[in-house]
Amino acid sequence: MKQDIILAGVGGQGILSIAYVIDNAALADGLAFKQAEVHGMAQRGGAVQSHMRLSDGPVWSDLIPKGEADMILSVEPLEAVRYFDFLRPDGIVVTSSTPYRNIPDYPEIETVLAAIRTAPRSVVVDSEKLAKEAGTVKAQNIVLLGAASSFLILKEKSLLETIEALFRGRGPTVLEANLKAFELGKKAALGS
Amino acid sequence: MPRQILLGDEAVALGAVHAGLSAAYSYPGTPASEILEYLVKQSEATKAFAAVWSVNEKVAYEEALGASFAGKRALVSFKHVGLNVAADPFMNSAITGANGGLLVVSADDPGMHSSQNEQDSRYYVDFAKIFGFEPSDHQEAYDMARQAYDLSEELGLPVLMRLVTRLSHSRSAVETRDPRPQNTLKKGVGKDWILLPVNARRRFGQLLDRQAEMVRLSEASPFNVLKLNEKDRKLGVIASGIAYNYFREAMAGPAAPPSFLKISTYPLPLALIKKLVDHVDTILVLEDGYPFIESRLKGLFGLPGKTVLGKTTGAVPASGELTPDLVRQALGLKPLPALAASGLPLAGRPPQLCAGCPHADTFKALNKALEGYQGSNVFSDIGCYTLGALPPYNAIHSCVCMGASISMARGAADVGLYPAVSVIGDSTFAHSGITPLLSAARADTSMTVIILDNATTAMTGGQPTYGSGEGLLRLVEGLGIAKEHIRTIEPLPKNHDQNVQVIKDELEHRGLSVIVAVRECVQEQRKKGS
Repeated sequence: MKQDIILAGVGGQGILSIAYVIDNAALADGLAFKQAEVHGMAQRGGAVQSHMRLSDGPVWSDLIPKGEADMILSVEPLEAVRYFDFLRPDGIVVTSSTPYRNIPDYPEIETVLAAIRTAPRSVVVDSEKLAKEAGTVKAQNIVLLGAASSFLILKEKSLLETIEALFRGRGPTVLEANLKAFELGKKAALGS
Repeated sequence: MPRQILLGDEAVALGAVHAGLSAAYSYPGTPASEILEYLVKQSEATKAFAAVWSVNEKVAYEEALGASFAGKRALVSFKHVGLNVAADPFMNSAITGANGGLLVVSADDPGMHSSQNEQDSRYYVDFAKIFGFEPSDHQEAYDMARQAYDLSEELGLPVLMRLVTRLSHSRSAVETRDPRPQNTLKKGVGKDWILLPVNARRRFGQLLDRQAEMVRLSEASPFNVLKLNEKDRKLGVIASGIAYNYFREAMAGPAAPPSFLKISTYPLPLALIKKLVDHVDTILVLEDGYPFIESRLKGLFGLPGKTVLGKTTGAVPASGELTPDLVRQALGLKPLPALAASGLPLAGRPPQLCAGCPHADTFKALNKALEGYQGSNVFSDIGCYTLGALPPYNAIHSCVCMGASISMARGAADVGLYPAVSVIGDSTFAHSGITPLLSAARADTSMTVIILDNATTAMTGGQPTYGSGEGLLRLVEGLGIAKEHIRTIEPLPKNHDQNVQVIKDELEHRGLSVIVAVRECVQEQRKKGS
């Protein structure tokens, strides 16, 4: 049993928080994992990605070879398309439909969404709307994690416990908003 | 055994703590910053050891060396180019030797994710003639850090650990062991530590005498693994550090892998290499960085009767970061089937200055002030503000190494270039800008130095800085700059016109001016607000 995930988004969108939750859930579930991430200059509003590898056997490479990823999990639609060459032919794309426009040549959003639909399996959620509904627009990353949760080899309980541990210190309002964001994302994915 | 999730950087740091670390020093730099970040947090919680952000890497190295002289276990860490800054004490510390264990961690950045070059720290191990480790994963990083201290004290020499970005910034679970207590104070022996020629010659001779012993230690190290495939005498693979993971990844299928040697220690384990070479016809060398092993294996004229493949032959690209895909290709394996491209043209998304960044306002004012001069010459430095090179600012014309903006502007001004402008951040100024400014002040060089005081080391995540606020202004004045030509501006859109005027006035001054642009980094402001 193994699962390789490309986490994608723009610097500042909370990719590393998603990775943190998955890492800790993997540890709780007794899986081996490696998770390569980006720090430094690239984080300043640039494209960021993290390679997340889970397995019940040894994990060798910190990077996912092209064609080996089971899932692209992206907090931004254009960034989801950027890593298509990492995805297996039968892999799944789970992405937000909310564009992050900080570049002058950002394509029409309809073109981007059409490109996402060229993948055989895709789940697109309106993370901005769902995060606002949950109580904070900052929780879009957790909406996406919820959307992906049904397709992960991790126990949902382990994911939720880590989310609790991550947000408990920031007060009950933030914690509840993030737990709700997870739930709304999960429901949206199952309904799509 | 407890399992902890750690970055590669953090695994080294925790290994050092558990080896009885007493003091750690560093200057921030990607991908090494998280080593001391982690140690600072631990130190604040336990108060058990010192963890200090030093003013630069040379100072950090000397501070760590002083702790080692006192008999305690010390760590110094930096990015690869930081070792250039610390090269003077580093090279000499191989002659003085270490008293308490001294671990030097140098994190290389193959592919230049966040660096000006992709130099390979293993050459420094060879240059200084000391022992080096190159971990392939987090567990090794932890275990090697612990072992490095015992080895450093056994050899009486500093030990270097080479990391690469991919391991520094990868997370995994590490099994930790019980910590060892710290050393007691025990002063170094003066005749070894005073590098007068008479002592240095003797000490260098002693260093040379230990080389054969270090090769034997390397050959006996359990971190080096030789596996010969008795049925296949054609291909053998030498893989070092993280390249070993990519090799094993490619060979994860049911077929038996070719003979291989994993190398994780330096000097090179000669006997193991010889066994592999004797067993096969062709040797493929996989290493992330320069062809260090490959070049030594080939020498000037190659290995008689053998074929050596690697970066020097094009089997692996000579530059850039190694990847599992490149290793598959080098092993003659086909790429894995992947999803077809979507056909969408992918607009690039380069890094950029944050919304509301003070540097953006400074660059806008500087660009405006320079209009009307024949060709502007803005020498810049290392930090977030290097992004001023990109559109829409296109505001700078050089970025070489820490502090170079001031020294280069002075050199250009000396030969008649006008206006010569230097742009440097407050942390970079403290690191390496003070000495060139002192020298320019003595000559009253006709140039304008703009210090961007955002009160932090922003690019690497907001470490403390030494030259900020009122103290920075006093420091600049103390270096000998005329008080009327030390100006401060607050880079905000509403102050644009007056800031342009201040810069224009100082550009017109045919002598040395320093303009300090004072406004806090927006990221740091946000952290305090949340």
